[in-house]
Amino acid sequence: MKQRIRNAFAKAKAEGRGAFIAYLTIGYPSLDACERAADELIAGGADILELGVPFSDPFADGGIIRKAAYAALEQGVTLDDVIAFAKRIRSKHPETGLVLFSYYNVIFSKGLANFAAAVEDAQIDAVLAVDLPLEEREELLRELRPRGISFVPLIAPNTPLERIKASEAGLDDSFLYVITVKGTTGERTELPSDLSARLDAIREAAHLPVAAGFGISTLAQASEISRHADGFIVGSALVKCLMEGRPPCLN
Amino acid sequence: MKTHYGIYGGQYVAETLMAPLKELEAAYEAAKADESFQRELDGILRDYVGRESPITHARRLSEKLGGAQIYLKREDLNHTGAHKVNNTIGQALLARRMGKRRLIAETGAGMHGVATATAAALFGLECEIYMGAIDVERQSPNVERMKMLGAKVHAVAEGSATLKDAMNEALRDWVANCDDTFYVIGTVAGPAPYPEMVRDFQSVIGKEARRQCLEKLGKLPDEAIACVGGGSNAIGLFAGFIDDKSVRLIGVEAGGKGLATGEHAASINGGRLGVLHGAKTMLLQTDEGNIIDTYSVSAGLDYPGVGPEHCHLHDTGRAQYTVITDQEAVDAFDALCRLEGIIPALESSHALAEAIKRAPLMSEESVILVNLSGRGDKDMENIMRYKSSKGVQI
Repeated sequence: MKQRIRNAFAKAKAEGRGAFIAYLTIGYPSLDACERAADELIAGGADILELGVPFSDPFADGGIIRKAAYAALEQGVTLDDVIAFAKRIRSKHPETGLVLFSYYNVIFSKGLANFAAAVEDAQIDAVLAVDLPLEEREELLRELRPRGISFVPLIAPNTPLERIKASEAGLDDSFLYVITVKGTTGERTELPSDLSARLDAIREAAHLPVAAGFGISTLAQASEISRHADGFIVGSALVKCLMEGRPPCLN
Repeated sequence: MKTHYGIYGGQYVAETLMAPLKELEAAYEAAKADESFQRELDGILRDYVGRESPITHARRLSEKLGGAQIYLKREDLNHTGAHKVNNTIGQALLARRMGKRRLIAETGAGMHGVATATAAALFGLECEIYMGAIDVERQSPNVERMKMLGAKVHAVAEGSATLKDAMNEALRDWVANCDDTFYVIGTVAGPAPYPEMVRDFQSVIGKEARRQCLEKLGKLPDEAIACVGGGSNAIGLFAGFIDDKSVRLIGVEAGGKGLATGEHAASINGGRLGVLHGAKTMLLQTDEGNIIDTYSVSAGLDYPGVGPEHCHLHDTGRAQYTVITDQEAVDAFDALCRLEGIIPALESSHALAEAIKRAPLMSEESVILVNLSGRGDKDMENIMRYKSSKGVQI
């Protein structure tokens, strides 16, 4: 197994920084422009790329990512397009961690075995399904596991420590995606005051690297988070750059 | 607590909602075991909602059809005009017990929104309702009613701007505000424990109807028919007869312009297995797993999914699910108005239309029980619009 995600965190740690995990809604503003943005992000230091699959009913997302998803769907972007996109990124960037980020229905609709085979073929490292909690994930993991594809669990502000341990059990080349706030994705000017303590506690208890996401939009926020986490995830702020016709980056 | 019905159901939600769902599950289990909760609920249903609701023999309609006797379970006579209030009173009582100060809900036709706003007013809770912008337009009287009852109504303009989008927005609200907010889901869909909890609160329909049939007719009905959008009035009716194997249970889906046109809301008859809004269920979706815009003349049935228990009842054959088109529903609506002096909701008119199809094929001694789930005042404008689009003089 390649262990690209684990290596990405190890490399960032060795360089004394948090791993930079960049999310893009694939197909926004177009498949080509999105691929250029992905290349730029990786060239600019992104360690892991989250490939967002557009879905008609993005109930966990804030306004920016929803808008991007609807626009991508409008152009007919499908899960197969996102997997083909991943394949192109993989051929150019053999070491970058790739996480397929989707609502579960899109995955389920393809057929779990077909899905796992396509993900393996594209050399995607892990899958994150927004609405697939611990209680329901086994049917998907059963297909991913034998192919060496990992799974990224979400950890919410109200997830108890024992549940965090159960969530990471059996996962290797992955990280814990710690949601900073109760709510949807999107930029926030302020992150919760107890976030640092929570991240410290999770890091203490968990064996997987810990990355924080939701609401992170500035370099200052990212570097503050990096003192308490192994990495940080930026999504809406990058998609917003593309929305405004700017190159994707943190300021 | 039951989380799955065969392969259907479950808790397919964002991680942030797992703790609130567990909290709800525990609170509901405790309430169910607490006699004082049930006593208070029964009292409110009797003195405030006006239960029990009668069963009415649709004599002239039955005569005209010349077959089975059609009886109507009169949920339209409930306070607020539909079965929805059975559930919202139950959930609001539970919310108060859990110390939540705010209710949120999604609504399609607006009946669940009105019933939630009503319960919120009764218990002194804040209330915000999410409603698709298209539904806000086609069900405007209900929007005014909700506002009058003190609720804030949000028109959801994205996606298809109907019930599913309202539910997306309600889920976003709940994720952000789950500490002090109770999400009152209006049907037997959504993640566990909602399908079971809503079924329990609506089962009063079927339990009453069973007793009333025995008292009034000295026997059980041959068939029990109800319309199915998400499916709460149907599950409520079926709950009373599920163990009576002689009673055929029939759910009626919204056929819109006909299954073949693709413009319908019949998830069981025209859909495919998928996952939406917390449950694995039959869904109207594209080959790629995106949710399709549904269509029905009746806003309350205009939902791309269906309660997981209905899918299971369909698989096991305990219930069968048929399809009624807009036109058939509107014809049934007219028939009930003219022959019985009852203006039914367009949703309930689907169930009635199925009964009208079946009655002539049955003997005069047989009995069809139709759940008249709501009254049709809210549909006046809609019916006029539909008829004038067909060139009918009103």
